[in-house]
Amino acid sequence: MSDTAVAGHASPATGPFRTCPTTALRVHRDADALIKANAVAATVALLIGGTAALLVLLTRWQAVHLLSDVMFYRWLTIHGMNMLIFFILFFEMGVLYFTSAVLLNSRVAAPKMGWVAFALMVLGAGLVEWAMFTGRADVLVSSYVPLRAHPLFYLGVILFAVGAMIVTAIFFATLVIAKRERTYTGSVPLVTFGGLTAAIIAVITLGHGAAVYIPTFLWSLGLMDVDPQVYRLLWWGMGHASQQINVAAMVAIWYLLGALTVGAVVVNEKISRTAFVLYIFFISMAAAHHLLVDPGFGPSWKVVNTSYFMYMAVLASMLHGFTVPAGVEMGMRLRGFTQGIFGWLRRAPWDDPGFSAMVFSIVVFGFVGGITGVTFGTEQINIVAHNTLRIPGHFHSTVVSGTAMAFMGATYYLIPLIFRKRIAFYPLARWQPYVFAIGMLIFSLCMTFAGTFGVPRRHYDISFTGAAFQLQYSPAANLMIALMAIGGLIAITGGAMYILVTVWSVFFGKPLGDELSEAALAGTVPPGLYNRPFRELPTEPVELEEHGRLGLMPGTMLLVLIFIMAFVVYYFANWKLLSAMWQIG
Amino acid sequence: MHTTGLTSPQGIWWKPAHKSEKVWFTISFVWCMILFAMMPLWHVVGGQNPSGIRAKVEPRDYIARVQQFVRDYGTGESESGIPVVAPPPGSDVYLLAAQFQWAPVLQLQEGVEYTLHLSSLDVNHGFNLYPFNVNFQVVPGYDYGLRVTPTEAGDYRIVCNEFCGLGHHLMVGKVLVLPAETTATGPGAEPQAPVGGDS
Repeated sequence: MSDTAVAGHASPATGPFRTCPTTALRVHRDADALIKANAVAATVALLIGGTAALLVLLTRWQAVHLLSDVMFYRWLTIHGMNMLIFFILFFEMGVLYFTSAVLLNSRVAAPKMGWVAFALMVLGAGLVEWAMFTGRADVLVSSYVPLRAHPLFYLGVILFAVGAMIVTAIFFATLVIAKRERTYTGSVPLVTFGGLTAAIIAVITLGHGAAVYIPTFLWSLGLMDVDPQVYRLLWWGMGHASQQINVAAMVAIWYLLGALTVGAVVVNEKISRTAFVLYIFFISMAAAHHLLVDPGFGPSWKVVNTSYFMYMAVLASMLHGFTVPAGVEMGMRLRGFTQGIFGWLRRAPWDDPGFSAMVFSIVVFGFVGGITGVTFGTEQINIVAHNTLRIPGHFHSTVVSGTAMAFMGATYYLIPLIFRKRIAFYPLARWQPYVFAIGMLIFSLCMTFAGTFGVPRRHYDISFTGAAFQLQYSPAANLMIALMAIGGLIAITGGAMYILVTVWSVFFGKPLGDELSEAALAGTVPPGLYNRPFRELPTEPVELEEHGRLGLMPGTMLLVLIFIMAFVVYYFANWKLLSAMWQIG
Repeated sequence: MHTTGLTSPQGIWWKPAHKSEKVWFTISFVWCMILFAMMPLWHVVGGQNPSGIRAKVEPRDYIARVQQFVRDYGTGESESGIPVVAPPPGSDVYLLAAQFQWAPVLQLQEGVEYTLHLSSLDVNHGFNLYPFNVNFQVVPGYDYGLRVTPTEAGDYRIVCNEFCGLGHHLMVGKVLVLPAETTATGPGAEPQAPVGGDS
């Protein structure tokens, strides 16, 4: 289908569908509305969570030490719940509607239930916010029993999860409808397959969520007992599995952004889809990462589970870490960017915030988040990592630098595609991924290093004023905390830029208009939207050049070889660190 | 015909992988097997494993054990009023975590193995040994008995690193490890080679 034919074909102003002039996709208006509602809710949560981030950061920065102890733990709870649960999950609900209804040209199954689900999620989140802000839930995100919060805190989480479960069911039903109504031919696109993976893991996650929050709700009412160790097992069955929803959704977004920004191809559908299936089978076992130095479990249980049964989910991430950049490289090479090993990367659209966000997301998720995560999740190495700042250092580089960064990049495309608005303050948007990524990189690296000195996470005052015994961390640890604070402030600036740009675009932005040429849109939307590399795939067989042992995708091959070397060095350096400790067995 | 992540592949997409994908798959798979093998291997050759002796225990019974332990080997009180205990080499050592205190203060000897029991009276706590970065979860209702050999004399702290309530950041305990040649000389005994920190 040629571009002009689609652009000239005006979609009717009413009716259940509109035709997207940019992608030629038929978009169900209910999908549009549900995606918009969930995106707005996600942004509200991000704003609350971001404010909390600033307050918590300025308190852990010992030189400022802003909040009182009570307020610190309260805002830390608010930060965690809003970022990790509400922002991420509301956004993922949008991703589920997008990857099912929009990408498959289908109607949304049961759109009214979609609104019921949205209402439940807003109500649930509202109850949780109320409990937290009124000081009835100073229990942090994990709310380990027998720390006790107000019953409505647990009920709020349950309602939120039920809403998310309904959206997941709508996602599966939409896939069935699309197949039955033949809205596409062949197999579902890879991005949808990634969304499907996220949805299946969401079912596993929400099952654990029900298993832990319903008894805990009853416990908070005094109706039953909950064992603290069993709580930790089930809570992490939800808490870590939910991070794997984020991973699957993030990888799907990588493929999406690769296609939208440079027309990345799928090098091999079999490899990419098999990697997603490995996530489904093995990734939920990672609850064990949090229980490695717990008294309730034996060594064989710990080894088998923490390794996702012989690291099959790590294998999956390493495969995606190759296939995503390889798809970008091959897509660029097929379009004639064939100079040298890295010519494709040098000439990539670095001023496209969708592209830069994708690259930073892949690099920081892989090099920092992935390597530290696998290392700290090793049964014995966890002894020198558990509950220190190394852990939040790790997950800020996965879920923030990885998932949130990818979601931010996707937003710059979703605002024109779904909201039909131009990006406000576009030059700011172009810089935003750079500011956010650099800030988060400094923040998470310094946080991880501070943790190496044993500095605890979730701690109000590491000067221990008023404690029974005194201790003082080394100056190096304090330096790391100060640098972490500076990185954090840069990242929060990047986050504020994102919120300003998205909110302004959505509520006060200029409409996209019908003219989709570069002349009409340049400087107001990412270039992928008028260059549309994803619509113009090279059809004739283009011969790619073999670069000796590095093969057809030499740049990617070289990058992953550097990655594996960094991985090996960091991993064994941690064994060395461990071997210097007291003997323990 | 190539596909992007947004297009539906037509027909059979189960096709042989490119050579470089096979190379990377092989490297990744071998690395995953090494990662996996390291954990059982360290149980055999390594000196640090989180296995321990694990049992359920009622907080009330655990407190009784701690009290007996203090009666048997107690040597006095620290300046902050927490009992100091100097158990004989090889014995069972009982440490109690409670909002917001570690008790008792332990006085151990370098190079000797003890069985260090950890449990909590109330909520989850986190055992963090300063300045060595050694961490264990302390769960109420569970007795975690870890065979530990202090390999270096010094004046150590125990920091709570699991959020346990509003006094969490005040919860600091103390372990003294005396050099191998010295014998315990009472609560005032100072180590000959402090590892850091002011007491």
